[in-house]
Amino acid sequence: MSAAVARSTLLRSLLLTVLGGAGLWLLSVLFSSYNDLQLASGAFFFIVLAGLTVLIGVNGQISLGHGGLMAVGAYTVALLIGRQNWALVPALLAAAAAAAVIGIALGAAASRLRGPYLAGATLAFAVGLPGLADKFPGTFGGENGLTINPPTPPSVLGSSFPLERWEAWIAGAGALVAFFVLYNLLHSGTGRKLRAVRDDEIAASLCGMHVARTQTLTFVISAACAGLGGGMLAVVLQLAQPGAFPLQLSLSLLTAVVLGGLGSLAGAVWGAALLVLLPGWTNDAAHSFSLSQNVSANLQLAVYGVVLIGAMLVWPSGVQGGIRAIRGRIKPIERRAT
Amino acid sequence: MLEVEALTTDYGAIRALDGVSLEVSAGTVTAVLGANGAGKTTLLRTISGLARPAGGRVRLEGAEITGRPVEEIVRRGLAHVPEGRGVIAELTTEENLRLGGLWRGREAAPLDEMYDLFPRLAERRNQPASRLSGGERQMLSIARALISRPKALLLDEPSLGLAPVLVAQIMALLRRLADTLALAVLLVEQNARSALSIADRGVVLNLGRVVADQEPDQLQADERLRHAYLGF
Amino acid sequence: MTKFIDLTLNGISTGAIYAAVALALVLIWRATRIVNFAQGGMLMLTTFIASAVINSTGSYVAGFLVALASGLLLGALVEVILIRRVEQAPPLNAVIVALGLLVLLQATAGMIWGNTPRSFPAAFSIRGYRVGGTRLLFAPNDTFILLAVIAVALSLAILFRATSLGLRMRAAAFQPEVARLLGVRVGRMFTLGWALAAVVGSLAGVLVAPSVFVGPNNFDPILIFGFTAAVLGGLDSPLGAVVGGLALGLVLSYVSGYEGSSMVTLAALAVLIVVLMGRPTGLFPAARERRV
Repeated sequence: MSAAVARSTLLRSLLLTVLGGAGLWLLSVLFSSYNDLQLASGAFFFIVLAGLTVLIGVNGQISLGHGGLMAVGAYTVALLIGRQNWALVPALLAAAAAAAVIGIALGAAASRLRGPYLAGATLAFAVGLPGLADKFPGTFGGENGLTINPPTPPSVLGSSFPLERWEAWIAGAGALVAFFVLYNLLHSGTGRKLRAVRDDEIAASLCGMHVARTQTLTFVISAACAGLGGGMLAVVLQLAQPGAFPLQLSLSLLTAVVLGGLGSLAGAVWGAALLVLLPGWTNDAAHSFSLSQNVSANLQLAVYGVVLIGAMLVWPSGVQGGIRAIRGRIKPIERRAT
Repeated sequence: MLEVEALTTDYGAIRALDGVSLEVSAGTVTAVLGANGAGKTTLLRTISGLARPAGGRVRLEGAEITGRPVEEIVRRGLAHVPEGRGVIAELTTEENLRLGGLWRGREAAPLDEMYDLFPRLAERRNQPASRLSGGERQMLSIARALISRPKALLLDEPSLGLAPVLVAQIMALLRRLADTLALAVLLVEQNARSALSIADRGVVLNLGRVVADQEPDQLQADERLRHAYLGF
Repeated sequence: MTKFIDLTLNGISTGAIYAAVALALVLIWRATRIVNFAQGGMLMLTTFIASAVINSTGSYVAGFLVALASGLLLGALVEVILIRRVEQAPPLNAVIVALGLLVLLQATAGMIWGNTPRSFPAAFSIRGYRVGGTRLLFAPNDTFILLAVIAVALSLAILFRATSLGLRMRAAAFQPEVARLLGVRVGRMFTLGWALAAVVGSLAGVLVAPSVFVGPNNFDPILIFGFTAAVLGGLDSPLGAVVGGLALGLVLSYVSGYEGSSMVTLAALAVLIVVLMGRPTGLFPAARERRV
């Protein structure tokens, strides 16, 4: 890639990041405390979703285990800040790193697995990981999990600076960093490699690309994002517990990515908005329609299910919209109903 | 028996068949010839219902079968031996055979009749079909088509990958079947010479269109045609 | 020593249930080349229905039969309404649809019956057999589980090997296009495959319900274990599903006994990874030749 083009991507991403930062700052100042908290949540979900959409949409793999990777990040932060008194930024970096390490293992496996097998393996990871909290209750605090103290805003901001706005700033900063890094990655030579591997593994390897290495790398990157997002979650909620990372979380992440549009960072923004706003909407719907407790508790989940199914049926090339079928053969036969 | 009228089929943006018309009477063999990509396989697939036509009609014994589901067309007495023979490797020889006659039920030909016709298959009746040689698989796929007592038989390149001796045997067999069972045989072949040796009619396709529809002698006499489309 | 024997017996009993789930997954994989991630949700739903029937009629048998019947219906409906649309699509689409269905089924069950797990009766006594002076960790109910799964596996084997219907189903699974040319109504065979698989899944559901309780999320591990067992045995092999199920049951039983039950799912993940890295086609790989 020529230096001039590289510089322009860098400039563009810097511009977008600065604009995004300005927008976030403005919103955080205008928003109430509750909305600031939502902004913070949206930010850390964005980080996870950005990584996940790169994995699924740009590199053509699948993971149902990113909820578990978030848990790894959250617990790392909880342990380092809560028990070891680490500072915020190093702890967050460590969270990303810890998840990335697990990502190496999963990614190495992922590069050998296809579609359903990879889905099954990551599913097992997501369902099995919370078991560790029970196995080692001393370290991980069992069912109750670990709590940490809320992050205190620096004194330069004043003593009455709202906690939620500070959390929104932290999470927002992380989101901007993630955006900057991923944007540059996707528009670089490496980004092209990711897409090439997605579109035709055989052709890519014939061009000299290390397919397995690329796939593992992508998995690691998306794991790091999940870990960072999970770490942010622990900071914002001051809590890391197994109940916060059920299988549903991984599936809702998948839904958000599918809905937002696979492979696009902008889509990750929409997806994050969905994850943050949907609980509120379903609650409101439950109230205005006087739905029973059972129904309202499960409404959110039902929406995810419908979105996942609907997205696949209504836009059959949706998942593969940016992805061409790997073998791409013309299939003229139509299935007839018999 | 089998009438094709102005049949047109598209594969996405490619027009694979462009207004093809031909007729096959009972008891005759019509050879469909032409280079790779001429549309021969598409023709058979459209007739049997595997591909959906964009225009035109297909009639079997006067009844219209255009665009009908494959299972229905088969039940009207049309058998299609696909490209590559379509022998199901995971099943035994006998299972493959039985499968062909299931929809016919009691009126299917008895297995023994097929084994008389193809003694080699009888020797291998309980072996997995994956163990059959190329020639045996060709026999199996033909037997499997015959067991349902079809009126029309479509074959896609039966000579592919077979030694010349076998090819001659298969062709002779097809001629016999057409004569004795009054089958309408539509035979797609790259091996134009062997196909023409048993055919009553030769249809040459190029880029989805019919460029010749004549008796074999006439085709073979036309040197320009032979060189351009038939490779000899 | 007694602990080892107990764990072994327990492993066989739970293994039979994993085998049943694995069988259901294998049936669907062979028929339509899709891994039915919604299997856990489907059998959860039919078990809920059985529970409701048992509670209102007081009859276990009625609940058992209704579970199987509703499984049959559910499997057919799912195939016709949902799966048919993604059978020709890239595999990722089918995975996502199945997951969406799983989530939807869990939400629906929660809406109807609530999220609090409820108990489910066992068919027979769960007091272990007395041998000599000790009481084994193997009870009449476990014998029932084994026999039921064996009976189902045998019935399926007979169906597939010895009947014309089974022949048609196998042909439709191996080469759908060729099967159509031979007059097989392939669509119906797919629907039937899903329906049968769902029945097997429903059986697994009612057999395992007494120990895991009935709740929208209580059957998630069973899906994982069934999937692992299916992969272990080879996704194309029904015999592999049974062998894989029993083997996995034993392994997980030992893990649970010596390491604690919280590590069981991670142990299954470990088995899965080992198999997928070492011998991805499983213990009983499919015949390699497909196109002839």
